[in-house]
Amino acid sequence: MTRFLQVVWLVVRKDLRVESRNKEMLVTTLFFAVSCVMVFAFAFVRGGRAVDGAAAGVLWIAVAFAGTLALGRAFERERYQDALRGLLLAPVDRPAIYLGKLSGLLLLLAVVELVVVLMVALMFQAPLFEHPFRMLALLALGTLGFASVGTLFSAMLVRTRSRAVLLPVLLYPVTIPVLIMGVSGTNVLWQPEPDLAMVQLWTSLLLFFDAVFLTLALWTFEPVMTE
Amino acid sequence: MPRPSHLDFDQVVASGVSRSYGRRRALRHVSLCCRGGEIVGLVGPNGAGKSTLLGVLSTLAEPSFGEVRYGKWTARGAGTRLRAQIGFLSHELQLYPELTARENLAFFAGMYGLDKVDARVEAALETAALSDRADDVVEGFSRGMRQRLALERALLHTPRLVLLDEPFTGLDESAVAALMHRLSLLRTDGRIVLVVTHDLDTVDGLLDRALMLRHGRIRELPATGTLRERYRVEVQEASSKLGGVSA
Repeated sequence: MTRFLQVVWLVVRKDLRVESRNKEMLVTTLFFAVSCVMVFAFAFVRGGRAVDGAAAGVLWIAVAFAGTLALGRAFERERYQDALRGLLLAPVDRPAIYLGKLSGLLLLLAVVELVVVLMVALMFQAPLFEHPFRMLALLALGTLGFASVGTLFSAMLVRTRSRAVLLPVLLYPVTIPVLIMGVSGTNVLWQPEPDLAMVQLWTSLLLFFDAVFLTLALWTFEPVMTE
Repeated sequence: MPRPSHLDFDQVVASGVSRSYGRRRALRHVSLCCRGGEIVGLVGPNGAGKSTLLGVLSTLAEPSFGEVRYGKWTARGAGTRLRAQIGFLSHELQLYPELTARENLAFFAGMYGLDKVDARVEAALETAALSDRADDVVEGFSRGMRQRLALERALLHTPRLVLLDEPFTGLDESAVAALMHRLSLLRTDGRIVLVVTHDLDTVDGLLDRALMLRHGRIRELPATGTLRERYRVEVQEASSKLGGVSA
């Protein structure tokens, strides 16, 4: 187990180091997410008041689109100079490589979400700090569900020519339940008088989906990566 | 068969290995045996299946038919520990251009779970003649420098089986001589070395045996004559058998 976690950390540290040098994924995803929120703010905020329920939708659309952009790049850097083969040749449990890539991606998305959530709260007057921990749980679990499937698909498609087209085509149908739960839970939470039991239900459902997605991804990563 | 805690072997035997990509057969019933302490050359025209064969031997690709045995082990039976005994330098160099030479080596040393990482990395940098560029990012390296670094990355964990795909690409004369010397040392050390190359004149004299792969089929080149002559004769013979299909 220690070795497994050590490999996860090695992959995360390597990805963070690469990202700190070129800032490619952070800049593109952040720029895209911020632009997304800005455009929707112009459409859904009239006379200083946001359309009811729009804030939750905008938040999750920004997260999903920015996440897709990041997922598309996550294995791209492993494809360059065929570094992925170097990784796969190492005598390690391959799910550890998957978890390392996933963790790096989650850290990146956490930075993006921090900015996006604050922007949505500001522009749509969302009561962000009413229930901060419930909001954090919804965001964390939703992002984990989305990214766990996305990382697996990104790895699967790394050797295909039309991966940029195929990734969203495969990803969205599978992750739609996660996005719907995220939007629904956030929408309930941001009501003037939120039904906390409903929020709890959506959070629990997200947790269930995450467990299923993560288990399946860890289980299938090894055969998926064998040529 | 229980999985070994430490795994070693003295020969690699492929028996009737075929590998298909859809309807295209890249390898057809390939059988070969490589023993410890010998350098085997694998030659053949582009698209002959050489890289596919290296992929199969490195355990990255599974054969569609047939099997590869590493001593008494198969890839499936030995599990991840077998990969600790395989060093693979592919045509693509498997380096991260944004990382420095030292960081690249240290990362792979960590992935292989090696001890004394700093000492090993320093030694590898010295062997690659890159000590003075150790903290420069690989992006700024020439092809030859990257090639030397990639070779050290592939040998960092002192693997039993060394698979090299076009290792002489981009190397200048002195680097070629250094690599030849390195390969000789690997032979002396009892390693199993398989070199895929088009540099027939360069490796002539270094190889103990040479195999030719063409249209997915493998043949051993005769022992007499220069490697280029032997290769040419074999290509002509194969072409005449196929009714004059060009090499």
